[in-house]
Amino acid sequence: MLSRGVHPLMADAPQIPDEAEVRARWGSFAWTAENAEQAKTVIARYPDGRQQSAVMPLLDLAQRQVGAETNTQGWLPVPVMEYIGRQLDMPYMRVYEVATFYTMYNLAPVGRFHVQVCGTTPCMLRGSDDVFAACKNKGLVKGATTPDGLFTLTEVECLGACANAPMVQINDDNYEDLTYETMTAIIEDLTAGKQPKIGPQIDRQTSCPEGGPTTLKEMVSENHDYRGNWA
Amino acid sequence: MTDAPAPAPFVGPLADKDRIFTNVHGFQDWGIDAAMKRGDWDNTRALLDIGQDEIIERMKASGLRGRGGAGFPTGMKWSFMPKESKDGRPSFLVINADESEPGSCKDREIIRHDPHKLIEGALVAGFAMRARAAYIYIRGEFIYEAKVLFAAVEQAYAKGFIGKNACGSGYDFDVFVHRGAGAYICGEETAQIESIEGKKGQPRLKPPFPAGAGLYGCPTTVNNVESIAVSPTILRRGPQWFSSIGRPGNVGTKLFQISGHVNKPCVVEEAMGIPFKELIDRHCGGIRGGWDNLLAVIPGGSSVPLVPAAQIMDAPMDFDGLKALGSGLGTAAVIVMDKSTDIVRAISRLSYFYKHESCGQCTPCREGTGWMWRVMERLRSGEADIGEIDMLQEVTKQVEGHTICALGDAAAWPIQGLIKHFRPEIERRITDKRGPVMEAAE
Repeated sequence: MLSRGVHPLMADAPQIPDEAEVRARWGSFAWTAENAEQAKTVIARYPDGRQQSAVMPLLDLAQRQVGAETNTQGWLPVPVMEYIGRQLDMPYMRVYEVATFYTMYNLAPVGRFHVQVCGTTPCMLRGSDDVFAACKNKGLVKGATTPDGLFTLTEVECLGACANAPMVQINDDNYEDLTYETMTAIIEDLTAGKQPKIGPQIDRQTSCPEGGPTTLKEMVSENHDYRGNWA
Repeated sequence: MTDAPAPAPFVGPLADKDRIFTNVHGFQDWGIDAAMKRGDWDNTRALLDIGQDEIIERMKASGLRGRGGAGFPTGMKWSFMPKESKDGRPSFLVINADESEPGSCKDREIIRHDPHKLIEGALVAGFAMRARAAYIYIRGEFIYEAKVLFAAVEQAYAKGFIGKNACGSGYDFDVFVHRGAGAYICGEETAQIESIEGKKGQPRLKPPFPAGAGLYGCPTTVNNVESIAVSPTILRRGPQWFSSIGRPGNVGTKLFQISGHVNKPCVVEEAMGIPFKELIDRHCGGIRGGWDNLLAVIPGGSSVPLVPAAQIMDAPMDFDGLKALGSGLGTAAVIVMDKSTDIVRAISRLSYFYKHESCGQCTPCREGTGWMWRVMERLRSGEADIGEIDMLQEVTKQVEGHTICALGDAAAWPIQGLIKHFRPEIERRITDKRGPVMEAAE
């Protein structure tokens, strides 16, 4: 595996792995048959000659393919970015610019589960400190991957689930309305290979007030059509 | 503007029949059949038959102001688009679902629970402004939401509601979904256009404005998800219905997103102008620890200055009501803070957010956001000198208004709000930290 040493002062900076090693591993990257089809579908969303527009979705697709091949959330080795550049007829540097600009592209390997805890004010007010404490207590360190390769912990900025704060996004799933205890339980479940319940961790329907809706109560039990009451 | 008579402003509570997003909490299926039973895609052809210019006129008459934060009249924005293409360039509608403003979580609910309101709105709006296609730019972290949206778009194509001869109108209109990948700045319209073009999301200099040269150099209008998603209902029920809710100039219904120290945080659709206290009591179970425990509120998402408890209590939650308090409605993302809050830390954390999200293009913002955050941290811990408060205030003024986009302003305003309303608290920390030595030093 690649070195994951992290300098404590560089917790947020990705550790770009050794180039020769990466070239040896990823130099012959190519889409799987399924992803090659998907790439075509993606490119077709944009006008002819504007295929550069597809760079973001293709980087995401590639990161997912690398993830599938490494049993992690995935990341973007340089040869993979070069591959996308060739497909889209873009200079590598333009691809690299995009990959470094957006936070969801991992420029260094991450663990099986990328634990992205929101630390922005709305989550902070609702107890994201406790969520980080739960992570710390389970051996997760910000900006680093656990020695077993299971968890990479990142503090992220607002993920847009503020009415369900505090929250964490782990790979593709949101876990919301967290406490120290529920976050601990989620990490324990994932460690044990179990899938925790996705969404709010308290008894609550999405962003509806806890205890039941204050509006549109008919909707709870039936797909109500309110047009009959339009004046 | 509007000639709708408004004898006494109606500022809530909103009746269920007047709510647009009836599946906002996702109790029911988001799929097209369920959505049609709730009234979406109900003879959309008739809405298109109103005619392009008349749709825009009715949207203007409805008084709808953009729901993305700036509050620009939506109908007027649509009217800026060219009525015919003189040089063969197509026009585009870009729908901003990059919802990244701390506190905001309404577009997420629309997309995952009522996506067909958005797609139908895209057709109606796109048709009115003579666009050939809509690109919906959804933030990358909305992974589940994007899955729903892709599937909902497929459903609409399968029914013939969008695509060639959309809804049998003879008008061809495509809807595409473009996922972001984690960058707050892509909520800025020209950064969003850059991002769709496959570049770093760095805002463009204006002019040219997007309505002249936007996506791929073509005329483009960028609208917020909520602005687009409410438009079919406005046209179905008539502009007077919409403009009869709320106060003059601040009309309609609005998705409020209440987070922080309330008993029951939630997303709820209410009348514009509903008084703050009523909004919280009715839908959020009051303030944690009671109303006496309220410290301050950030009423419109992280970019707007905070408002102290005493001032916000009876304030109407709308554009002008909050502007009068030196703040703003923004996206109606209401962040509530009780007296247990470390208010300096709460704002400092926002400063960190802006430092993190600055795109790095303009020097005042790139350097200023980091600088402001570091000083905020010194104020938080009390290590700063008293004089640094004024220096920080001055630097916020040097960042504000000196950048291409409003991110610099958005970084400056929360700090200005803090200094304006909580200066004694900042000073107390500094004096507490220094003790009597500080007085001697002063």
